[in-house]
Amino acid sequence: MFAEFGYGILVVSFLVAMYSLIAAVYGAIEKSAAMVESSRRAMLLTFPLLSLSAAALVYLLVNNHFEVAFVYEVTSRSMPTYLKVTAWWGGQAGSLLFWAWLLAAFTSAVTIRKWERDIEFLPWVIVVNSITLLFFLGMVVFYENPFTRFWLVGGSVEPHMFAPLNATLFAAPDGNGLNPLLRHPGMVIHPPMLYLGFVAYVIPYSFAMAALITGRTDDRWIRLTRRWSLWAWLFLSFGLVLGGRWAYDVLGWGGYWGWDPVEIAAFMPWLTGTAFLHSVMIQEKRGLFKHWNMILVILTYSLVIFGTFLTRSGVLSSVHAFANSPIGPFFMAFVSLTLVVSIALVIWRWPILQGETEMNSMLSREALFLLNNLLFMSVLVVCFWGVVSPLASELFTNQKVTLGPPFYERATAPIFAALMFLMGVAPLSAWGHSTIQTLGRAIWKSALAALVLTVILFITYTQNYIALIGFFLIALVLLVTLQEFWRAARARQRAQSENFFTALTRLMGRNRRRYGGYIIHISMMLMAIGILGIEIFQTETQGALAQGEQLNIEGYTVEYRELASWPDEGEGVNYTRAVVDVYENGIYLGELTPRIDYYFDSQQNMTIPGNRSTLKDDLYVLLVDWEPVSNAGATFKIYVNPLVNWMWIGSLLFFIGVIFAAWPDRDPAEEPVRAARKAHQSSAAD
Amino acid sequence: MTEEIINKKRGVPIWAQVIIWAALAGLLLLVGFGLRRAQNPMAEIGKPVPDFELEYYPGYEYNGVKKMKLSDLRGKIVVVNIWASWCKPCEQEAPDLEETWQLYKDGGDVVLLGVDYVDTPKGAEGYLTKFDISFPNAPDLKSNISSILNRQMGVPETYFIDREGILRHVKVGPFTSVKEITSIIQSIE
Amino acid sequence: MRKFLFILALLFLLGSPFTTTAFAQNNVPTDDEVNAIAHKLYCPVCESTPLDVCPTQACKEWRELIRSMLAEGKTEEEITRHFVDQYGARVLAEPPKEGFFWLIYLLPPAIILLGAVVLFRSLKEWTKPKTASSALDGNRSELSVKKDDYVSRFEEELKKQK
Repeated sequence: MFAEFGYGILVVSFLVAMYSLIAAVYGAIEKSAAMVESSRRAMLLTFPLLSLSAAALVYLLVNNHFEVAFVYEVTSRSMPTYLKVTAWWGGQAGSLLFWAWLLAAFTSAVTIRKWERDIEFLPWVIVVNSITLLFFLGMVVFYENPFTRFWLVGGSVEPHMFAPLNATLFAAPDGNGLNPLLRHPGMVIHPPMLYLGFVAYVIPYSFAMAALITGRTDDRWIRLTRRWSLWAWLFLSFGLVLGGRWAYDVLGWGGYWGWDPVEIAAFMPWLTGTAFLHSVMIQEKRGLFKHWNMILVILTYSLVIFGTFLTRSGVLSSVHAFANSPIGPFFMAFVSLTLVVSIALVIWRWPILQGETEMNSMLSREALFLLNNLLFMSVLVVCFWGVVSPLASELFTNQKVTLGPPFYERATAPIFAALMFLMGVAPLSAWGHSTIQTLGRAIWKSALAALVLTVILFITYTQNYIALIGFFLIALVLLVTLQEFWRAARARQRAQSENFFTALTRLMGRNRRRYGGYIIHISMMLMAIGILGIEIFQTETQGALAQGEQLNIEGYTVEYRELASWPDEGEGVNYTRAVVDVYENGIYLGELTPRIDYYFDSQQNMTIPGNRSTLKDDLYVLLVDWEPVSNAGATFKIYVNPLVNWMWIGSLLFFIGVIFAAWPDRDPAEEPVRAARKAHQSSAAD
Repeated sequence: MTEEIINKKRGVPIWAQVIIWAALAGLLLLVGFGLRRAQNPMAEIGKPVPDFELEYYPGYEYNGVKKMKLSDLRGKIVVVNIWASWCKPCEQEAPDLEETWQLYKDGGDVVLLGVDYVDTPKGAEGYLTKFDISFPNAPDLKSNISSILNRQMGVPETYFIDREGILRHVKVGPFTSVKEITSIIQSIE
Repeated sequence: MRKFLFILALLFLLGSPFTTTAFAQNNVPTDDEVNAIAHKLYCPVCESTPLDVCPTQACKEWRELIRSMLAEGKTEEEITRHFVDQYGARVLAEPPKEGFFWLIYLLPPAIILLGAVVLFRSLKEWTKPKTASSALDGNRSELSVKKDDYVSRFEEELKKQK
């Protein structure tokens, strides 16, 4: 009953979205406000409809309706209820519905706002959103239906939506259960965060398309969507970090990022999204780079769709990839359509996207921002080619190849270093004009202090030159950014005769985006400390120990105390847990309990590390193997990951920074600088 | 200033447009090709199997030849069984395969060919000895053979090729009885 | 391999008391030595998983293979070559720099270089006509005053914000 209901609602939503699309196109072309309004209301209807459908699916998941194929695939009786709910996005069909549901929510949120000034955008925004929604709904309605049920037809079990002739419903006694790797709390939140980020980028894209189609190419579309892009960016970043944390906690390979194609597919829109965040500021302040912003927002959206396509169609094989799926050609058609239409529109509107002013100096802030964009694009090129070239290799040489971390690290490390350098210099440069002298005067103190710090590190900590360059850049950026806070607050303190902290908070409140941005820069540097630590200073050792024996690494001593193995029938897991005592330079620090969980239903092992985390380093102990009979011997692998905790500390600060920058406040009508310039221009034109 | 802006309004030069569209077409073709291969990973039934070369494990040659091509076996029914020593289900069917070989080896009309998919020499040796296997066996060097038969190889898989070199039947997963194997061979005759 | 045989032969010639088994036992490679090599290789069956952290039974056997090859005195290059010959280029963390694979390495820098050239050319183009328009661009002349130091610029913005 619920399955038919859920599917029926899906079909209705599909038709409603279709109506919305047709009405919007008709309304826009015939200039019929009534039609546009009608299409807007149809669009608003999709969200409650899809919520009903989703509720039906969740009901089926929670109540063990194993006659539904999707429920059978992703849940089992032993799973706790919250996992059954989150199993919604644990498989292909459900996660596509989840996508569509989020998209409907976002589209509703954006169409519900007041449109007065921007009414000409409305139909085209609806067009883009409804096409995207139709695409995702089309996939669940026609190819990957989460409500398909099992039927017993003449002795064999077949999946169908509706009862075939002479068939009876077939319900398995228990389901497959969610992949154990996906049962970690990090993995429960990681996909929705990524999807939120992905889907939210549809909104800026739809406004950009509307601006192109209507020919209204001032920066209005950017102003309308800048918070959307910031929130999208926040969710995407959050998703990426959670994914990393999950990998660190449950995959048991001592790291958080393996340059796997699926990771990169999520990272690529983040790169263009980050570049976009920077370059929109130039358009807002200086009216430059309109082309470029268009291209960036199109790239971001296309990479979202393209990345989803690559990982879900089976084109890329990867540990995270979904199984081979029939949606491939349909998806491919949509990717092609998106790219062709977007590029054609940009080429068509290219002439009226010219900048409003001229660039004055190669060292101005806008020039440096452009350089920043070039660097982000360079990382993108490496990532994109890294993902696509194995396809080319298979096509032309019939050989599978792997592109692993060494490829990406070698190619991107210098680019990231250059980005860090820019992060140090750009905040000191002025809009419009800067010279070597003004920059030099602003930076020399910080640079000198960073250099002194680096020398100290050279003497006390490391002689690795890559690490030293890295630490120098980190120190430089941190000092420059902190100095920015300090100088601005001091200036305000003097001008307004406030005390320092009032001055600082008011200052930050006045320009949330700038100071939120600086907080993000600081957080990035903290994360960079963690990345340098694990990339350059990670050490590892492995050995088989008898009880009471020890392994030594980096001043730590790990002593094997005991091991126990027991099944938990209710959970369907066999736990094997070792207890080791940890000493540092002879001082007892406590015990760690690395374990291996074996899941009966999926016959899969999970290696959960015992981790002792401090600001200095992580001691990450893995149970690799053990003697099942005697429990006497066990093999452990131990990583020491220096400074990696700064990665997570940085991520926390990062979220504070983004939320600070994105938090809704009264939207000032125009930025003062640009308003002044506009006024000036119009008077000049008179 | 406004005049200058108007003067500067110009479109995308034709050569740039050509490059953009060509690059896009190239990318889509590449991905489309990848997609097609991902969707049809397996050699097609009813079509000739592309030729491949193999070098037998010592002691597991066919007709005393060390190295040969699939096309050398034209005129015989060839059953290619892909296995690996780390593959549990393979162990289940190994005795059945050996028994089948005993039925056909003297006829000379049917060749059972074991192809060992990504394996260690030691593991392979252990496996072949453990199950007393005597039919011809060769390692799948660089996964050449499996990439021809099935890009998304799982083990065990068995490919039945007829006298003309045409793929007639594919069995994915282990056989459950000798009869299952012989009946497929008989259906090809 | 040949070198190893040579050493072995030498040992026998010298009437050394070591037997081959004793030789192997004295040189059982440690897990760390095995992992050091396994870390640079990829599991031939699982996708993009380094061999040292791959938990499957097959990978355990490959690690043992590395151990026994090390025990035989093979060098890292010999072991790597054996893996490539057996399982193809996909076991390497990156493809060998030869033939078609050069494209994998050369295309990204080429595109990045192209991007940089385009960017700097357009930057030049944009900055050129500044004499013509500078008189009219009030904002710019405002900002490009010679004593453009940070504090004065900031105070200016503060004034505007009020």
